[in-house]
Amino acid sequence: MDATIEKVSIIVSKGSLEGIYPALIMANGARAEGIEANLFFTFFGLDAINRKRHEHIKIATVGNPGLHLAALAGGLPGMPGVMTHYMERKMDKLGIPPIPEFIEMIADTGAGLYGCQASCDLFGLTKDDLIEQVKDIITVGEFYALAAGGQIIFT
Amino acid sequence: MPTATYAGQDVAVNDEGFLTEPGQWTEDMAPQIAKSAGIEELTPRHWQVIRFMRAEYQAKGTGPTVRVLGKTSGVPIKELYQLFPKGPAKTAAKIAGIPKPRGCI
Repeated sequence: MDATIEKVSIIVSKGSLEGIYPALIMANGARAEGIEANLFFTFFGLDAINRKRHEHIKIATVGNPGLHLAALAGGLPGMPGVMTHYMERKMDKLGIPPIPEFIEMIADTGAGLYGCQASCDLFGLTKDDLIEQVKDIITVGEFYALAAGGQIIFT
Repeated sequence: MPTATYAGQDVAVNDEGFLTEPGQWTEDMAPQIAKSAGIEELTPRHWQVIRFMRAEYQAKGTGPTVRVLGKTSGVPIKELYQLFPKGPAKTAAKIAGIPKPRGCI
């Protein structure tokens, strides 16, 4: 009962809407509880902090049984856009901010945002390609140093 | 039910130290609750947030989350975390004598 969590380091590895939001909600919620939080964006998770892409995050409509769409319907042209728009409207009603605003807010709470070095190399991204709230592009070793003494959450 | 004594008054609190009877709260209890939450001195900016929490609770029956505070209290999120490093909505609610705000965002 008296156990507490002092620090969380959350890895964001997926670039879909449903892959990114849970990590953001957990990071923001941690800060709201006074828990130190870091976000480490790797692989397609980098889209969440990519200047050109962070406003265009889509829900996965193919291979996503949770949507309960007919398999072929999910692959129709424009379907990800339609489903994303539908989801964004629902979230707006609940007061859940769009991803760019949410990430800016999380940076304002004092959480650290970091890009993964290996993934940035792979996609040819530099710090200039990432949103200004990103503190640095770091290696996996630097991430572990940052995460030391806390909990690590992989999403 | 545990109790705490603030400004010479016994008040009912829960395990986390939040007042369970917001009606028992008075403004002169705030500095002492703040100290127990790690805030040595309440500045006018702290008070702006505390009074806002109180007013929101009275109007809506629940305290605002950090996002709502940042949008409507007149104190931006960055400053909220400077004022209340251990969580603005949670700490300010405790000092304002209202229940801990629920909500995930």
